Amino acid sequence: MSTNDTPRHDELVVTHAPEGVVDPGLPPHQPRLGDTDPKASKRSERIVAALFGLSVLGSIGVIVAYFAFPPGESVSSIQQSNMFLGLGLAFCFAGIGFGAVHWAKSIMNDHEKVEERHPQRSSDEDRAAAVEVLKEGAADSGIARRSALKGGLITALALLPLPVALPLIGNVGADWDVSKFRHTMWRRGTRLMTDPTYRPIRAADVTIGSVVHVIPEGLHHDELESDQSFMDEKAKAVVLLVRLDERDLKHTEGSYHGIVAFSKICTHVGCPVALYEQQTHHLLCPCHQSTFDVADGAKVVFGPAKRALPQLPITVDDEGYLIATDDFSEPIGPSFWERVK
Amino acid sequence: MKAIAARRHHRQAPVVLLVLALLVMGGVYAAFATTSADATVVTQSDDDVEAGRKLFAANCASCHGLNAEGRQNAPSLVGVGAASVYFQVSTGRMPMQADAPQAEAKPPQFGEEATRQLAAYVASLGAGPAIPTEDQVDPAKGDPASGMALFRTNCSMCHAASGAGGALTQGKYAPSVLNTDPAAIYTAMATGPQSMPVFNDMTLTPEEKRDIIAFIDAQKEGAPGGLDLGQIGPVGEGMWAFIVGMGLLIACAVWIGAKSS
Repeated sequence: MSTNDTPRHDELVVTHAPEGVVDPGLPPHQPRLGDTDPKASKRSERIVAALFGLSVLGSIGVIVAYFAFPPGESVSSIQQSNMFLGLGLAFCFAGIGFGAVHWAKSIMNDHEKVEERHPQRSSDEDRAAAVEVLKEGAADSGIARRSALKGGLITALALLPLPVALPLIGNVGADWDVSKFRHTMWRRGTRLMTDPTYRPIRAADVTIGSVVHVIPEGLHHDELESDQSFMDEKAKAVVLLVRLDERDLKHTEGSYHGIVAFSKICTHVGCPVALYEQQTHHLLCPCHQSTFDVADGAKVVFGPAKRALPQLPITVDDEGYLIATDDFSEPIGPSFWERVK
Repeated sequence: MKAIAARRHHRQAPVVLLVLALLVMGGVYAAFATTSADATVVTQSDDDVEAGRKLFAANCASCHGLNAEGRQNAPSLVGVGAASVYFQVSTGRMPMQADAPQAEAKPPQFGEEATRQLAAYVASLGAGPAIPTEDQVDPAKGDPASGMALFRTNCSMCHAASGAGGALTQGKYAPSVLNTDPAAIYTAMATGPQSMPVFNDMTLTPEEKRDIIAFIDAQKEGAPGGLDLGQIGPVGEGMWAFIVGMGLLIACAVWIGAKSS
């Protein structure tokens, strides 16, 4: 360790600099105001003390706020509690932090110091000794001639990752039954029900420009064995029902007097596609802006999705309520390896 | 006055002036931005229809046609109902100011009386959704919990889970519903203005619409976390984290590294 006024540092750097460049060295040391003026030094001391005092006040403030402003039940009381606790914490941490930095900057000695880095290369004797030790060890173990031991060690090391990797891979999904991705709850004759109010939908009640969020009949907490199966089935079966002017529809297959139903699960990565623009008949996915044209079989007109949304074929039953005539014609949602038929 | 004049070259005079100017601007804006819109019950009479017809001929017919039959760029208003007129006119969307991707809300161009008369005239052209009664849009009578479930399924994909609105395509957007008057929320659901689809009384019954209004009203208390940063999701929050948060960190780093004077 040496201070900046020793010549050794300058010499060392100059020898490494390209020719013609002179290392200017460290700038001359400038005394601070506090170094020459005792009054300024006293003032810095007072500022640091005040910052620490602020931290003390903040800590006391947090304790006071904890008792004085309990979160309570209403939004405004929670806001109040959060604000006072937060302000107190801000002062108690910032006071210590700013005080410590100001102390170090304005009161502690500010002479620049240079610490030379020692060379990383070991001495030649050390290196030779290390190689000697390794050679001795290898010869002693006899790894070159004891091939059975060598094979055993390599096998043991190769198998070592398996106890960790196998459970990890095995737990991914925990369920390799992919056939359930191919089918949903929709069957021939399943009524379309409103989500979340669970009412059947009369075709005559659906006005042009309407959008109805639809779940299949039977997808109800009372009719399923568990909440888990409710969520699993709902995730596959949700449908968006739209009524267009029949003249705007390009294909009427699977529709009923301008009413069309498409899976709400995006074919890109499975977000619920439900931003419907009534005037353009475009359906947007909120995640990656895939856009589907409802008037044209929900085919992709923009965005990363590659396939049209699967259509749910519908008609009406004897009472005029909308029913499905079949399940979706293809698996809903994003692609998976086994999707190819 | 003399004291002020003497200090006009003071080092902090520009700062004081700037703060004053900002305060004045803010005050003037607040005074103009406040609009009063109350849900009103419409009682139709022949006089209203006749007065509405005259208003229509003078203000709307140039685009929608003398008999509201519609033109190339303006839809027919036969059968859209009084609710549609109420929504479009009371929120200032109609008459439209400029040919833009969508008609935006602005201070209403007609008073309550004139809006009622226009609505009565359009309603007389063909049956359509009516303007709701005050009782139908009273947030105090709705159930905000049921409204939340309905809002999440039917509204949140466009208007955001917070109700703060969001972007659509080609410059169109779903506006914030947080400061919308309850009757305008109701009539928007009933008529499906512009890009918005229709939620008629089968899809969302009048009681369910009132629940949604109650849920939106319950959002006015604000977020318990404090500053909500516009509630537009990760974009706004990320901007704060990068500009304000990282800016402060950089400022601290510069301060710690700088030499003390």
